[in-house]
Amino acid sequence: MNIRRQPVTSIVKIRNLSKVYERGKQKVEVLHHVDLDIAQGDFLALMGPSGSGKTTLLNLIGGLDSPTDGSIAVNGERIDKLSEGALAKWRSANVGFIFQFYNLLPMLSAQKNVELPLLLAPMSAAQRRRNAGIALQLVGLSDRTAHKPTELSGGQQQRVAIARAIVSDPYLLVCDEPTGDLDRQSAEDVLGLLKMLNHDHGKTIIMVTHDPKAAEYARQILHLDKGTLVGYTTAA
Amino acid sequence: MKYFHLVWAALFRRKARTIFTLLSVLAAFLLFGLLDSVHTAFAKAGDNVSGVDRMVTVSKVSFTMQLPKSLLPRIENIPGVKAVIYANWFGGVYQDPKNAFANEAVSPNFFEVYTELVLPADHARAFAATRTGAVVGAALVNKYGWKIGDKIPLQASIFPQKDGSNIWTFDLVGIYEARDPKQRAMEQVMFFRWDYFDEARQFGNGNVGWYIEHLTDHTRSDEVAKAIDALSANSEHETKTQTEQAFNAAFVGQFGDIGLIVGSIMAAVFFTLVLLTGNTMAQAVRERIPELAVLKTLGFTNRGVLSLVLAESILLILLGGVLGLVCAALTVSALQTSMGAQIPMSQVGGAIWLRGVLLMIGIGLLIGVLPALRGMRLRIVDALAGR
Repeated sequence: MNIRRQPVTSIVKIRNLSKVYERGKQKVEVLHHVDLDIAQGDFLALMGPSGSGKTTLLNLIGGLDSPTDGSIAVNGERIDKLSEGALAKWRSANVGFIFQFYNLLPMLSAQKNVELPLLLAPMSAAQRRRNAGIALQLVGLSDRTAHKPTELSGGQQQRVAIARAIVSDPYLLVCDEPTGDLDRQSAEDVLGLLKMLNHDHGKTIIMVTHDPKAAEYARQILHLDKGTLVGYTTAA
Repeated sequence: MKYFHLVWAALFRRKARTIFTLLSVLAAFLLFGLLDSVHTAFAKAGDNVSGVDRMVTVSKVSFTMQLPKSLLPRIENIPGVKAVIYANWFGGVYQDPKNAFANEAVSPNFFEVYTELVLPADHARAFAATRTGAVVGAALVNKYGWKIGDKIPLQASIFPQKDGSNIWTFDLVGIYEARDPKQRAMEQVMFFRWDYFDEARQFGNGNVGWYIEHLTDHTRSDEVAKAIDALSANSEHETKTQTEQAFNAAFVGQFGDIGLIVGSIMAAVFFTLVLLTGNTMAQAVRERIPELAVLKTLGFTNRGVLSLVLAESILLILLGGVLGLVCAALTVSALQTSMGAQIPMSQVGGAIWLRGVLLMIGIGLLIGVLPALRGMRLRIVDALAGR
């Protein structure tokens, strides 16, 4: 089953998307001819059993991997056609990434971690500091800027990761199990933040999750199974 | 420069490992600085520009064999020779064999030819007036705390006196200085009068160790050398005359091929260093694969990641190397201060620094290239998934 909803403005257009991995001599088709449109400003949860292709789809939309077949257009740009360098530049300008295990650089302070994406932008050091400060303030960590990741709780680390994801003001946030390593309270804080970013700041968010409670924060829930979209529901 | 903090932080991610690696790099470049200093000193032995118009005549058989003083007026009469001085190696020891410094018996006109050594006029007059007089370089005087009027006893290792005594006592009547501060090593010699030495020694009287000719025109050196050597042709004291530079270079050459020895040692040291630091860099990058993948995720290009890793490996070697060369420079200065000309070392100057820094960058690139390529080629999704 392919899902083509009719959004007001599609920010992501996926057509006939397939992804095949080669593991040694074995070929594994992870996604089968997927068609998908995601509306600008949507908050989409991708759910499904392990191995269903959720993370692969997320990686393809975020430009971290390239499809075997089919096309992906994000905000009108065919990212499947971009070279490695152009794709890297596109990611830095347009996409924020949030991972399950935060993936902060342990030797850098929260402030410096948040400044990382801004190193690639033509910006003064003072401007980088200012923007990172604003992002950390937005996630409620302006009093933890000098702390290194090991000096922060899991929830705080994930909020630093969110600050890093939004600091360059991307229109798309891709989140891979952002609450998978957090306790319930921290998870709710993080999900609340994501909802605020979607609702108040207009960020389009695509989130992979196993957690039905996390999915409730999304506007739409897409279900995948064995590399195919099998249905969607609108959150209550 | 905006990436410097990133490179620095990555380098000191594991402080203990980095510090130990830095120490090994420091040790290697300390050794490089010291050995290159020795090599440079030997290589420059024949490069004394002030000696370009001087020639040295020694026995053709051996430098240690004496030449008759009767050659002096005949050499002086050769066209192109402005002045001739003569000298004998003495080999005396002051108080203790550890206090080794050069001491020579020289002709009265020695300082008229060696104009790069400045002997005050009143000291020169005192030297000419005192048969047992000696003039000593300022550095040597400072080292032993001597002053004008002191008696300096030397124990002869070659030439006993006629009465059988090995103790020669000289009166310090003059102190000379090198005109060029870079030639301070020349202030480590003691000169005394050849006539006193020749009269008092037990054997070898009437012979000199070598002649030094001051030329009217250095472009005539070949012609003059042939004429001088022709004076003794087919005699039992045939001579070999060459420019002072060539003589010094040949003298140094007796120690062996210093360049080859130094090069061989350094090759072994740097081979070990490359293995050690290369392994450290490879391990450091292997541990950081997920972090490099994060950088790529955030938009760093393959080339950007390659550059960061290479910058880290070069910084590692530069830090240790610069510290090593600073230590080498301080060590050479300290050794020169305490041991003077006995230690053939050149200051760790611009040329050694240039060679050192180029070597550091080369080694940095060499040890960083494989880890950097690994970082560059990593696939983000595999690295993030821990594959």
